[in-house]
Amino acid sequence: MNPWLNWVIFTIVILVFFLGSVIMFIYMERRVLGKMQARIGPNRVGPFGLLQAIADAVKVLMKEMVTPANADKVVYWLAPIVVFAPVLMVFAVVPFANGALLADLNIGILYVVAVGSISSIGVFMAGWSSSNKYATISAMRMVAAVVSYEIPLVLVIASVVVVSGSMSLNDIVLAQQNYPMLLLQPLAFLLMFIAGCAEINRSPFDLMEADSEIIAGFHTEYTGMKFAMFYLAEYGEAVAMSTIIATLFLGGWQGPFLPPWLWLVLKVFFVFFLMVWTRTTLPRVRIDQLMSLAWKFLFPLALINLVITGAEVLAYPLGIPWYFIFVNIAIGAVLVLLFSRLYKVGGGRVAVG
Amino acid sequence: MTLRTEPFVINMGPVHPSTHGVFRMRVTLDGEVVVNLEPVFGYLHRGIEKLAEERTYTGFVPLTDRLDYVSSMSNNFGYCLAVEKLAGIEVPERAEYIRVIMTELQRIAAHLVSIGSFFNDCGAYFTPFLYMFRERERVIDLFEMTCGQRLLYNYMRPGGVSQDLPDEFMPALNKLIPQLKKYFEEYENLLQNNEILAARARGVGILPKELAINIGASGPTLRGSGIRWDIRRADPYSIYNRFEFDIPVGEQGDCYDRYRVRMEEMKQSLRIVEQAAKQVPAGPVRSKVPHLIRPPVGEAYSHIEAPTGDLGFYLVSDGGIAPYRCHIRAPSLMNLTALRDMIVGWKVQDAILTFGSFAITMGEVDR
Repeated sequence: MNPWLNWVIFTIVILVFFLGSVIMFIYMERRVLGKMQARIGPNRVGPFGLLQAIADAVKVLMKEMVTPANADKVVYWLAPIVVFAPVLMVFAVVPFANGALLADLNIGILYVVAVGSISSIGVFMAGWSSSNKYATISAMRMVAAVVSYEIPLVLVIASVVVVSGSMSLNDIVLAQQNYPMLLLQPLAFLLMFIAGCAEINRSPFDLMEADSEIIAGFHTEYTGMKFAMFYLAEYGEAVAMSTIIATLFLGGWQGPFLPPWLWLVLKVFFVFFLMVWTRTTLPRVRIDQLMSLAWKFLFPLALINLVITGAEVLAYPLGIPWYFIFVNIAIGAVLVLLFSRLYKVGGGRVAVG
Repeated sequence: MTLRTEPFVINMGPVHPSTHGVFRMRVTLDGEVVVNLEPVFGYLHRGIEKLAEERTYTGFVPLTDRLDYVSSMSNNFGYCLAVEKLAGIEVPERAEYIRVIMTELQRIAAHLVSIGSFFNDCGAYFTPFLYMFRERERVIDLFEMTCGQRLLYNYMRPGGVSQDLPDEFMPALNKLIPQLKKYFEEYENLLQNNEILAARARGVGILPKELAINIGASGPTLRGSGIRWDIRRADPYSIYNRFEFDIPVGEQGDCYDRYRVRMEEMKQSLRIVEQAAKQVPAGPVRSKVPHLIRPPVGEAYSHIEAPTGDLGFYLVSDGGIAPYRCHIRAPSLMNLTALRDMIVGWKVQDAILTFGSFAITMGEVDR
């Protein structure tokens, strides 16, 4: 195909997929949250409140843009864009059907990790430039959290890459022909889900927007369209993370009967549903617990998982046999139980001189 | 190279999502750690104690509603007891029972709000809060049935209560009691063994026994520290000595213990309501009290176990139709005095959590 035509088609596809998913995610989050919290949720605008997100977008567009007097103006204006753009770029390597993707990079998943972490710079810019103390605290928390959680995330992805033997997302999906990676790498899925939630700041790791402590975190001072950009980026990150998890572990576009793109969308929404579920159920962790979870729990488990996966692949170079599904589930369960024993909770007072 | 850092001061409040009203904390932070904390209050001061001097004894009842506005019934009760003591007014048997039922239902409603907002402070995104409010609605429905109000009831009067229970009240109450039991089970399933809650609240914000006694803490805050002190038992008022109930206490006085004490107290309150509902006698609900009460010259102090703690009313009479002086012992304010000692050295998030575990109401702190 003509590369330019390919570019035009997939840019449109990605934009439609992205914006559509974001709007549906916002609606779904509010609606599911409502149902789980014994209330109704949005039901006024459009049928079943489906147009609520659009009404909110229009409202936000008409708001006044306020810039704090002491803000670092350039950085303050640039931050929403820096946050938003990389989120969109992630989708360039996501396959919607076999071979149907904007760019079949042979280092696809590495590109996702690299580009995805740029938006944290934008968040730090926003927090720093607002000249607001809550925003500064939030920005500091953000840097600490992202640096910590990037490592287990990459290690988990590495074990998936080891099994599938490729870094291209399309090849990873093709490698899940017989059964999804979730069955072969159950521990990796768990770790990826936890680290992913922390990476995109979803509850219970939403420390940088902890509304009960630091108001709205880094976007406390943002209003109007700039705020909407953050909001969009937040849900965009959720779409991106759900898509990556769905692609790596749930078999991406693969599935019987339905068209491939619909399978992908269904899986993405399923992953996001899990995220909403954890959000309604769990309280927030503390910053030092967030750190120790990353370094004492996720990091060693991800390393062990990588070693075990490597050994399995080395032993069966032609493909890991199906009964390793049960072996891996057992290994994962034992490891999680073992490490949760070692993991101490509570306390945490610091001596103040 | 070492970076030079210095602590910075942040004003939490008076407008902040987790300050339960208009409380302000001047917090000095070193990174995430609180190195100093200075509570500032008075933003909701309305001079209620002074206003008492310009109202009749009965006319002050609606103002007591506005002290701890999530437990108006208890405030009414405490004030009416003080007036009755001052003027020597007898209360009919039926009114006593109605008062106890109302106050204990109010304790359940108030603790539901406290626990719900405690979990909000903990970062559970409104789920426990809304669950608790769902059941609180049921209790509030009973109050509305009785006195037409849903928040500020103005129901009790010196010498009894303003009106008798409607006919549909007792059936509705008997229907609600088993429902509430079921709902309490539901909360336990959702919250009790939550690992993150344990990590956040166990061993955090400890109020030692000695400190709790020295500051004059009371209510669940005191009992969370392991001291079995409940005015209903320690200095029984009304008809509380006729009921069987336990006083739950915590172990080490951390946020988790205070939450557990509230949870158990709701169950005990339900026990009292159950017993009282079976024994309510027929009869008048208000004794013959003159429109303008003129107590003899003297003074009276009466206190009750309100949801927040030991709520006391001190009244001085000069023989006129209005109190010469009215002082209110606000348990929220007393409990708050421990705040600094409990929070210094902990993280910002713990500060919010510890503050939330007191379940103060600014209406009562500032009066």
